[in-house]
Amino acid sequence: MVLSPLLIKKTFTSKWGVQFLLCMVLVMIASAGLATDEYAVMRENMLKEIGAEARLTASYIKKSAFDERVMEAMGNVPRHQFVPEEQLDNSYKNRPLPIGHGQTISQPYIVALMTDLLEIKPGDRVLEIGTGSGYQAAVLSQLAKEVYTIEIIEPLHQRATQVFEQMGYANIHSRHGDGYYGWKEHAPYDAIIVTAAAGNIPPPLIEQLKPGGSLVVPVGGAFQTQQLVLVKKGDDGKLRTRQVLPVVFVPLTGDQGQR
Amino acid sequence: MDTSAKPPVISIMLVSASALAFEVLLIRLFSIIQWHHFAYMIISLALLGYGVSGTIMTLLRERVMPHYVTAYIVNGIGFALTIIASFLLVQKLPFNALEILWDSAQWGYLLAAYLLLLLPFFFVANCIVLTFGAFSEQIPRIYGFDLFGAGVGSLVLIYSLMFLQPQQVLLLISFTVLIAVVVAMLEMRTDYRLTAVVIVVISIATLLMLPKGWLSLQMSPYKPLSQYMQVSGSHVERVLSGPHGVVTVLENRQIPFRLASGISLNNSAEPPTQYALFVDSDGPSALTRYDGDRSKLIYLDYQTSALPYHLSNPARVLILGMGGGSDILQAEYHDVGNIEAVEMNPHLVELLQDDYADFAGWAFLQDHTRIHLSETRAFLAHNQSTYDLIQMSLLDAAGASSAGLYALSENYLYTTEALGLYYRRLQPGGMLSITRWIKVPPRDALKLFATAVTALREEGVSHPENQLAMIRGWNTSTLLIKHGVFTAEDIRSLQQFCDERSFDVAWYPGITDSEVNLFNAIDKPYFYEGARALLGKSAAAFIDDYKFSISPATDDRPYYFNFFKWESLAEILSLQRRAGFSLIELGYLVLVFTLIQALLVSVLLVLLPLRFVPRENNAPDRPYIAAVMLYFVLIGLAFLFVEIAFIQRFILFLGDPVYAVAAVLCGFLVFSGLGSFTAPFVRRCCRINPVVLAVTGITIVILASLWLHPLVFQALAIQTTAIKLIASVALIAPLAFFMGMPFPIALNSVSERAGWLLPWAWSVNGFASLMSAIVATLIAVHFGFTSVMLLAVLFYSLAALVFALNLTKQVHSDSVNASS
Repeated sequence: MVLSPLLIKKTFTSKWGVQFLLCMVLVMIASAGLATDEYAVMRENMLKEIGAEARLTASYIKKSAFDERVMEAMGNVPRHQFVPEEQLDNSYKNRPLPIGHGQTISQPYIVALMTDLLEIKPGDRVLEIGTGSGYQAAVLSQLAKEVYTIEIIEPLHQRATQVFEQMGYANIHSRHGDGYYGWKEHAPYDAIIVTAAAGNIPPPLIEQLKPGGSLVVPVGGAFQTQQLVLVKKGDDGKLRTRQVLPVVFVPLTGDQGQR
Repeated sequence: MDTSAKPPVISIMLVSASALAFEVLLIRLFSIIQWHHFAYMIISLALLGYGVSGTIMTLLRERVMPHYVTAYIVNGIGFALTIIASFLLVQKLPFNALEILWDSAQWGYLLAAYLLLLLPFFFVANCIVLTFGAFSEQIPRIYGFDLFGAGVGSLVLIYSLMFLQPQQVLLLISFTVLIAVVVAMLEMRTDYRLTAVVIVVISIATLLMLPKGWLSLQMSPYKPLSQYMQVSGSHVERVLSGPHGVVTVLENRQIPFRLASGISLNNSAEPPTQYALFVDSDGPSALTRYDGDRSKLIYLDYQTSALPYHLSNPARVLILGMGGGSDILQAEYHDVGNIEAVEMNPHLVELLQDDYADFAGWAFLQDHTRIHLSETRAFLAHNQSTYDLIQMSLLDAAGASSAGLYALSENYLYTTEALGLYYRRLQPGGMLSITRWIKVPPRDALKLFATAVTALREEGVSHPENQLAMIRGWNTSTLLIKHGVFTAEDIRSLQQFCDERSFDVAWYPGITDSEVNLFNAIDKPYFYEGARALLGKSAAAFIDDYKFSISPATDDRPYYFNFFKWESLAEILSLQRRAGFSLIELGYLVLVFTLIQALLVSVLLVLLPLRFVPRENNAPDRPYIAAVMLYFVLIGLAFLFVEIAFIQRFILFLGDPVYAVAAVLCGFLVFSGLGSFTAPFVRRCCRINPVVLAVTGITIVILASLWLHPLVFQALAIQTTAIKLIASVALIAPLAFFMGMPFPIALNSVSERAGWLLPWAWSVNGFASLMSAIVATLIAVHFGFTSVMLLAVLFYSLAALVFALNLTKQVHSDSVNASS
């Protein structure tokens, strides 16, 4: 909205004008509060939807619900702060959203699933390769002691860092640059999440994973996660992977596979 | 209008050439900036412009026809301008195909894209249908020039793409149309010819002087090239453009590429410096530095595709689809003495052998490596040599789709016939190794396994289970087919290879339940259970019940990448919002969706003008109108059915799909044009109904071709491309000649009955042709291309019947009435 300078001058010099301005300020404060409430309601609905999905995929995640701490973290992080302005209305929908630079912010359900698969404990150190919007790091920061995140696209790194600062996420440490070598200074990590893998998982990341730790990689293009690959490093250092399909879909019925 | 004027046939030829070139070029352009499936849908629906033109002209004929010359010129200029303007505007739309199932706004952008691209086709169709109307007695001649021009257009386009970038070709097409407008003015001797020449010259000069980059392609930010470009430090090193696609070489010194697919997590080596190669913005594949030190290539031994090198020491290896040359380096790492590679894209060969020869270490490879510039199947059909190992890794070769014709990609590399051919080119004890990406639940890996089982049985192997092995890593699977039985030692080596790399075994002779699904666990051992079921007695029932289509692809139904099953659609759609998007086989659904949209619009626009046409005394009755509609629907469907099915057959015979499509299309259109030219003579000289005569010819040639083609193709398989081309033209010519007749003969007849029927029949035919390409693909997916051809025979026969019973009689009686 553009106001003419003349109108502004008149407003400030008249008694009614000052009263009008005061009213406007009050309305703005009220509407800001209302907006925050609206986001809280939307976030609550998002959590319900994620919970329902978790129950449906119980056989895959081997439990009927995501960890309570994960759900709490998802409830604490204001997702709308991490999406571009034009996507604010969609910020709590259970769908991936474009964040510019050809990147997306994952579907909330997938974020919850990946976080749950990592089984993060309060004292853990977590490494993220591919900061993107910063939302995943923010969720992880609610559960872990320290989160280290690396982004290869500079504008995304700058934006996410700014949001972390504004929101006061002091335990998130972000860096712009090559994620291939991980972040050796703070290794080993209890959990690693690689959202920018190009057909292979860099060996230095496997090295920087603690014995007993987990690494998760979503496989698939923008707007579609085909499957999640969960890598577990045994206490003996041996690696086991598990392919987790984010939906329940059994291609065989009955005992056909046995025929 | 001045009745002494002549039809602007040279101009018609030029605009038709431009229209066909524009259509094919659009598919190339959209394949670069968007995704092929949606490119196909947008352009299919843009072709509605032809039908819409007929509808509008049916309604406005009386008002437009007196100003034919002006209308032709205005539409010509409209075509020239919208060729560029529509494309530029469509590029500006924020359409994102990947978001279409998430965001309803995308449907609006898609509709806007259709409408914008419909305009150029609408204008060019107006030029043609107006000329038919103005010179209805010369329809066969005009139609002949129209087809001839289109045929030449397909060849000129491919030729232009060798020297110019796609967006420059777009400009060239627009210039050609402007020149066609001037030619029309000269042909029709209009008053303001000189002014027009000056305006056209100024327009072309202005467009050429515009600042560089105004016509640059704006890729979707989600195309792999766009995404890699976003990474700090990425820059384009080189762009090579040609008919096989635009090859982009990307470099990044700040954040190096480490491209190596399917590497075991147990690998600790980093790949050497690499360039990333993209073809039509898709990829990347790696062009890797090689300095003669094989130890630096050790990471390639951690791919699932390295398995065959651990079971034997192949002396002679053939790599199908070279890409950036990673498989050559894998063979080099294993010290193979004789490496051969087949690659269809000349630019990729050029990069390895010339432009980046020092970087890629060609000097260390060239004494024992040979690269053949050829299509895979054609190379193996032509070359009778046998190999110890044939290696095919993650190769998604281009079919006709890269030439831009259909939504579902045909692929002749993974059919039972192809696997049989590869098998025959193996030395005794030799192996064929095919690597694919892992999809969970498995789709292409099991379809490939089913295809291998069938191919082996067809090659006379009674126990295929003893000659097959399949392993999988965390994101790739490799299938081995051995020319001979796997020995105990082979199996020990296979187990050791998998153990060392944490790969899982999915099949080998003697495998047990306890050995599967150990390292890369999936919910159930689907790969093993699938392989076992496919080798068992109930394989057919397993394929039937499986929720994706995994029945083997054949040369007649070459849709290896189509896994869609109607039975699973409801379940998958219900999972869509729950991250189930990747289970949806979009290619097939896009095709069905395109058909539904086209059908709805067509029915509406065909029936609409019937309410407004003049109702004078001698107006055609309803049965006659219905017969006209039926006739033009039938021949519209049949013409493209035959053309599409023939193109498929000749792609396999001629090898390179890009050139094969251009050659076959050109042959069809040029000889159909000749048929159209000849039609009036046939009508005058023959006592037989000319349509019946043409359809008899078509039927005989098609039925004979079912028997003749395989014989000719086999006999000439090892001949040169030139001989194959001559043979192809000889096989196409008689059929195309007859196929050029039914349309102009009938159009001429119905226009004599009532003037408005001409543009209306044109619109009916336009809509039917649009749907024909879609319906043909759907039939081919389910029943094969032979069925498509047989249906075409049926449609042509029915059309002949309709013509003989309904259309001829009335024309004849009318002409009798008129003469009396």
